[in-house]
Amino acid sequence: MPVETKEEASYRQEGGVVHLSGRLDAEGSARLWRTIFQRSHKKRDAVKSIDASGLTYCDGAGIALLFALSRQTKASIDHLAPEFQKLLDQFSSDSFDRPVDPPRKISAIEKLGMGGAEFGRDLYDQVVFLGRMSVVSVRTFFRPSLVRWGDVWRIFEKAGVNAVGIVGMIGFLMGLIMAFQSAIPLKQFGVDIFVINLVALAMFRELGAIMTAILLAGRSGSAFAAEIGTMKVNEELNALKTMGIDDARFLVAPRMIAGIIATPLLSIYANLMGLLGGFIVMMSFGFPFAALYRQVTANVEISDILSGLIKSVVFGVLVAGIGCLRGLQTRSGATAVGDSTTRAVVSGIVLIVITDAIFAVIFYVLNF
Amino acid sequence: MSDAIIEVKDLTAGYEDNVILQGVSFEVQRSEIVVILGGSGCGKSTLLKHMIGLYHPPKGDVLINGKSIVHAEGEELQAILQSIGITYQSGALFGSLTLSENVRLPLEEFTDLPSDAMDLIAKMKLSLVGLEAFTGSLPSEVSGGMQKRAAIARAMALDPQVLFLDEPSAGLDPITSAELDQLILRLNESLGITFVIVTHELPSIYTVADRVVMLDKEIKGIAEIGSPEELRDKSQHEWIREFMKREVHPA
Ligand SMILES: Nc1ncnc2c1ncn2[C@@H]1O[C@H](COP(=O)(O)OP(=O)(O)OP(=O)(O)O)[C@@H](O)[C@H]1O
Ligand SMILES: [Mg+2]
Repeated sequence: MPVETKEEASYRQEGGVVHLSGRLDAEGSARLWRTIFQRSHKKRDAVKSIDASGLTYCDGAGIALLFALSRQTKASIDHLAPEFQKLLDQFSSDSFDRPVDPPRKISAIEKLGMGGAEFGRDLYDQVVFLGRMSVVSVRTFFRPSLVRWGDVWRIFEKAGVNAVGIVGMIGFLMGLIMAFQSAIPLKQFGVDIFVINLVALAMFRELGAIMTAILLAGRSGSAFAAEIGTMKVNEELNALKTMGIDDARFLVAPRMIAGIIATPLLSIYANLMGLLGGFIVMMSFGFPFAALYRQVTANVEISDILSGLIKSVVFGVLVAGIGCLRGLQTRSGATAVGDSTTRAVVSGIVLIVITDAIFAVIFYVLNF
Repeated sequence: MSDAIIEVKDLTAGYEDNVILQGVSFEVQRSEIVVILGGSGCGKSTLLKHMIGLYHPPKGDVLINGKSIVHAEGEELQAILQSIGITYQSGALFGSLTLSENVRLPLEEFTDLPSDAMDLIAKMKLSLVGLEAFTGSLPSEVSGGMQKRAAIARAMALDPQVLFLDEPSAGLDPITSAELDQLILRLNESLGITFVIVTHELPSIYTVADRVVMLDKEIKGIAEIGSPEELRDKSQHEWIREFMKREVHPA
């Protein structure tokens, strides 16, 4: 029975002639590639011609090797079997030698500057977009016939109603943990009744709003970006535009309106759940419900509740707006939508934190 | 004066600094079917997108019914856009809406028709493209060819005078593609709709096209305009004659 002989590719140099023989497939070429190029580099002038008569097989990788070798040594390839010669003739040295514009080298400092400028421009875009969209949303809101209420309700349900579980749970746990952690040190001073003040104030002024907003950024901001981004990739946004339908009114306004309604409601809910967590811990330490209740009502002022609410409305605008902006900014390609959702979450959270800091200063100055 | 419904005047089309076409001028007559043709990447889609006002050309103008779509704004632009319908290569149906809701959308946005009237119109438009049985399906639940036809139904929702179709038969089998040709001819004959179509399908060009606008990548503009038969038999350019024959009589 005939045994298929797999003659290994081999390489031999005699004087100015390189002899190649055997099976020059991907495996063989891989083995020979490095040795050949190291050697021929050293004795580049020495190679006058390449004798390919011994080649029994040559595939794409083998052709690449022959091509590279002849290009580097400028030597001719002789006695190549015609079927392989045909493969090699498809490539001309000229078209490969044409210089491709080298990518401009960018120094680290330049990169840093460009990154900074990009960040600044992006932040500017975000603020401008949010401003423009807020105006559109408010204007649409006051001309109810223009609002697509079906969409508003659908989005409100998804972004708001369906988030009740997670927002409530996180709020409850935050209240619980805060109360628990602060009760121990405050007990040493005998002032552990004030733990409930701390929980209530922290939740109402700060944590309820910011935590809800961050949850919504992760849950709904990303969803908005993905929905709109997918529409962009599918040319649905172009279709809207050429139908003469304003995408700000059609897509952004319902989401902003839903966000503006859902965020404060969810924040209030988170606050109450946080308080519940605090109450449970305190009651387990033996404080009566009535005492705790009095403590809270006597110390939490309407301004505390309002400051949290005002913030949560603004956060709603930020989360929904940035989600939509990132969706509209989606470029083409399969990864674009994924990038947009990531960018929506990251910029949403960054903006929330920056805005919260600004609010802290404003409320401090106003003594609110 | 001729009865031109679309006038493209000395149009330069491109993306930012990248000029794809320049000095393009031609007219489309009312109720004519014009096919834009040319090699891959020569700027057919680009030309179409500039003709429907998706991009703002750096130079030149596009008039539809004598009004510039490039310079129009607000209400005026709205009116022009309502007189044209467009289908995109991907269909671009709204994925979250059923076929019927897709067709209804332009009606909801631009008319005061009662809801049941809109439903009926949507169903009638879908029946024109043979999809009356699929009014309640989502785009993802019907085949690619059905999506293309639904997109045509949506484009016709407001009874446009012109339909722009970008590669309507790309990715369709020859039978469906031939059915689409018949649909185009029927709409053209019965309703007098003007068509501007980008397509590579030579058989369908010979079936539907009154005139062909042949673009050339080298000169970044129009190489020649004429009926498909003229271009095939009498073009001065060898490559155009070849181009027009290639798929009819494969070598
Ligand atoms: N969004 C874009 N931004 C920048 N350049 C683009 C863009 N779209 C297309 N181009 C460029 O414009 C040129 C023409 O593209 P176009 O899509 O108009 O070609 P086409 O004639 O429709 O080709 P095909 O038959 O393959 O669809 C191409 O060189 C392409 O690289
Ligand atoms: Mg195209």
